[in-house]
Amino acid sequence: MSRETAINAVLLLGLAAVPLYAWATDEPFTITLATRVVILALAGVGLNIALGLGGLVSLGHAAFFGIGGYAMGILASHAQSYTPLMEVPFLIEGTKSMPVIWITAIVASALAALLIGALSLRTSGVYFIMITLAFGQMFYFFAISWPAYGGEDGLSIYVRNDFPGLNMLDPIQFFGICFALLALALWFNARLARSPFGLALNAARQNTQRVETVGLSPFRLRLAAFVISGAITGLAGALFADLNRFVSPTMFSWQMSGEIMVFIILGGVGRLYGPVAGAALFITLEHILGGLSEFWHIYLGALLLGVVLFARGGLIGLLAGRPVAHD
Amino acid sequence: MTPILFIEQVLNGLQFGVMLFLMAAGLTLVFGVMGLINLAHGSLYMVGAFAAAAVAGATGSFLLALMAALTAAAAAGALVELVVIRRLYARDHLDQVLATFALILIFSEGTRWAFGSFPLFLDLPGYLSGPVTLPGGIEYPLYRLTLIVTGLVIAAGLFWLISGTRLGIRIRAGESDREMIAALGVDISKLYTVVFALGAALAGLAGAMVGAIQSVQVGMGEPVLILAFVVIVIGGIGSIKGALVGALLVGLTDTLGGLLLPEVFKLFMETSAASSTGSALASMLIYILMAGVLIWKPQGLFGGQT
Repeated sequence: MSRETAINAVLLLGLAAVPLYAWATDEPFTITLATRVVILALAGVGLNIALGLGGLVSLGHAAFFGIGGYAMGILASHAQSYTPLMEVPFLIEGTKSMPVIWITAIVASALAALLIGALSLRTSGVYFIMITLAFGQMFYFFAISWPAYGGEDGLSIYVRNDFPGLNMLDPIQFFGICFALLALALWFNARLARSPFGLALNAARQNTQRVETVGLSPFRLRLAAFVISGAITGLAGALFADLNRFVSPTMFSWQMSGEIMVFIILGGVGRLYGPVAGAALFITLEHILGGLSEFWHIYLGALLLGVVLFARGGLIGLLAGRPVAHD
Repeated sequence: MTPILFIEQVLNGLQFGVMLFLMAAGLTLVFGVMGLINLAHGSLYMVGAFAAAAVAGATGSFLLALMAALTAAAAAGALVELVVIRRLYARDHLDQVLATFALILIFSEGTRWAFGSFPLFLDLPGYLSGPVTLPGGIEYPLYRLTLIVTGLVIAAGLFWLISGTRLGIRIRAGESDREMIAALGVDISKLYTVVFALGAALAGLAGAMVGAIQSVQVGMGEPVLILAFVVIVIGGIGSIKGALVGALLVGLTDTLGGLLLPEVFKLFMETSAASSTGSALASMLIYILMAGVLIWKPQGLFGGQT
C-alpha cells in the first residue's frame, strides 16, 4: 500500500468517523457540516473527471450543479403543492422520492452537458474556459429571470425528500446516503481511470495528435468525459438542494464553479481523493476562519494563492510527499 | 414603441458597448501579449470605482476622481503583476484561473474591510448632468453622451498606440515572439508590467465612469468581467479590433434584446407570458450570440489578427 493510498483511506474513514462521533455525542450541526463536505466533494469528483482526467478546465460546472438542484426543487415543489408538472402530451407529477429525483437530476444534467460539451469542445484552451463560463452564466440569468420557480428568491422545500426504508429527517441517515454515493462515485472514478476509455482520455490530454493517429477521436472521448462529469456534479446538486431544502440561482453562479474547482486544487490536481481532501479542508477553514474573522475570504484567498504558486500538489501532495506532474 | 425610444436605447447600447470595450481591451491585450487569463481584471475595475468615489467624496472634484481611478488601478495592476502575475506566465491556464480567482477573493474582502459593505455613490458634476437635445428632438443625458465620446476617443488612442508608437511595436513584437524581442534587447519583464498596468488603468477608468451611473459596491466587477470575456471571445482573443466590434455587438444586443424580445413574443403570446419569456430570453441573448459566433467561427470574429 502506497503512502497516498493510506492517506486516502484515513481521509475516507475520518469523513465517516467524525459524524458518527457527533451522532454518538448528539451534535447534529457537525453531522450537517460533514454532509456538506461529502456532497461538495461529490461535485468535485464530478468535475475532476473532466479536469483531472480529461484536462478540460470547465469554469461552468455550476450549470450542472444548479440543474441537479432545480431538478429536485421543481419535482418536490410540484409534489408539495399537488400540481402536475405537465399534463400534455402526457401527465408528469411531482415527486418526493429521492431515487427518482436523482435519476432526473443525472439525466437532465447529462443532457445539458452533452449540449454544452458538443458546442464548447469545438474550441480549446482559453476559449473553452470562457465558453463554459458563459454557458454557466446563461443558466444563472435564466434562473434569475424565470419567475415560475421563484426567480431570484429561489424555491424552498418544507420537508426533506424520502428514501425508501430510511428516515431522511434524521441527519445521520441522510449523511449515510450521501457518503455511500460519494464512495460509489470514487470507486467509479478509479475504475474509469484504469479502463481503456480512461487511458485513451488521459492520452488525449497529453498528446492529442498521437491519439488521433491511433484512430481514436479526442472530441468524442472528451465529450463522453464531459457528460459523465456533468452528470455526477448534477447528482451532487440534487443532494445539496436536499441538504438545504432550498434551491436558488446562486447554485448556478460562477463563484460556485470556481469553488468546486478550488476543492480540486486545494486537495491536489490529478489525484483521485483530491476533491475529498479539498472539500474537507475548505469547509473546515470556512468554519474556523469564519468564526475568527468576518473577512475570512482574505485568508482563504491568500492560502489558495500560496497553494497555486508554491505547493502544486495540494494537501494530498503535501502529505504524500510525492509531486505529481500535471500538465 | 416610438422611434425616439428606440434611438435612445441604441445610444444606451453604444454607451454600454464602449465601456465594455475599455474592460475588454485590457483583458485581450494581456492575453494576446502574455498569454495570461486574468479573472481579477474585474477587481481592478472595482478599485478604480472605489478610488474615484473616495476622492470625489473628499475633494468634490470629478476630474480628480477620474485621475485617482486611473492612478489607483494602474498602481494596483503593476503591484499585482510584480507580486503574483509574473509567476504565472509559464504556467497553464488552470493555475492562472485559480490564482486570479484567489486575487478576486483578496481584493473583494479587502475592499469590504476598507470601505464597508454599503454601496458608495459618485455624484455627477453640474456641468455633466442634465439632458442635451440631439438632432431630431431626442433628449439624452449629457453624461452618457460624454461616456460614448470618451470611450470612442480612448479606442482611437489605443489603436494609435498599438499601430503607431514604439511601445505598440514592442507589444506586437512581444505577442508574436517573446524570445526574439528579448534577444533584441527589450526588457520584456518591464514591458509586461507596463502592458498590465495599462490594461488595469483602462479597467479602472471604466469603473469610475460607470460608477457615476450605478452605485459603487464590492463585487461590481464580476458581472462586467464576464461580459468582457464574452466580448473578447466573440471578437477573437488578442485582437483590439475584435474587442471593439464585440463590445458594441454585445452592448447593442443586450440593450435592444431587453426592449425588442418581449415585443416580438407579444405577437403570438399573451402579454404577461410574453414579457416574462421575452425578458428571460433577453438576459441570455448575449450568451446565445456568443455560442452562435463560436459555432460559426471557433476562433472568434477577428481571431488571429491584431
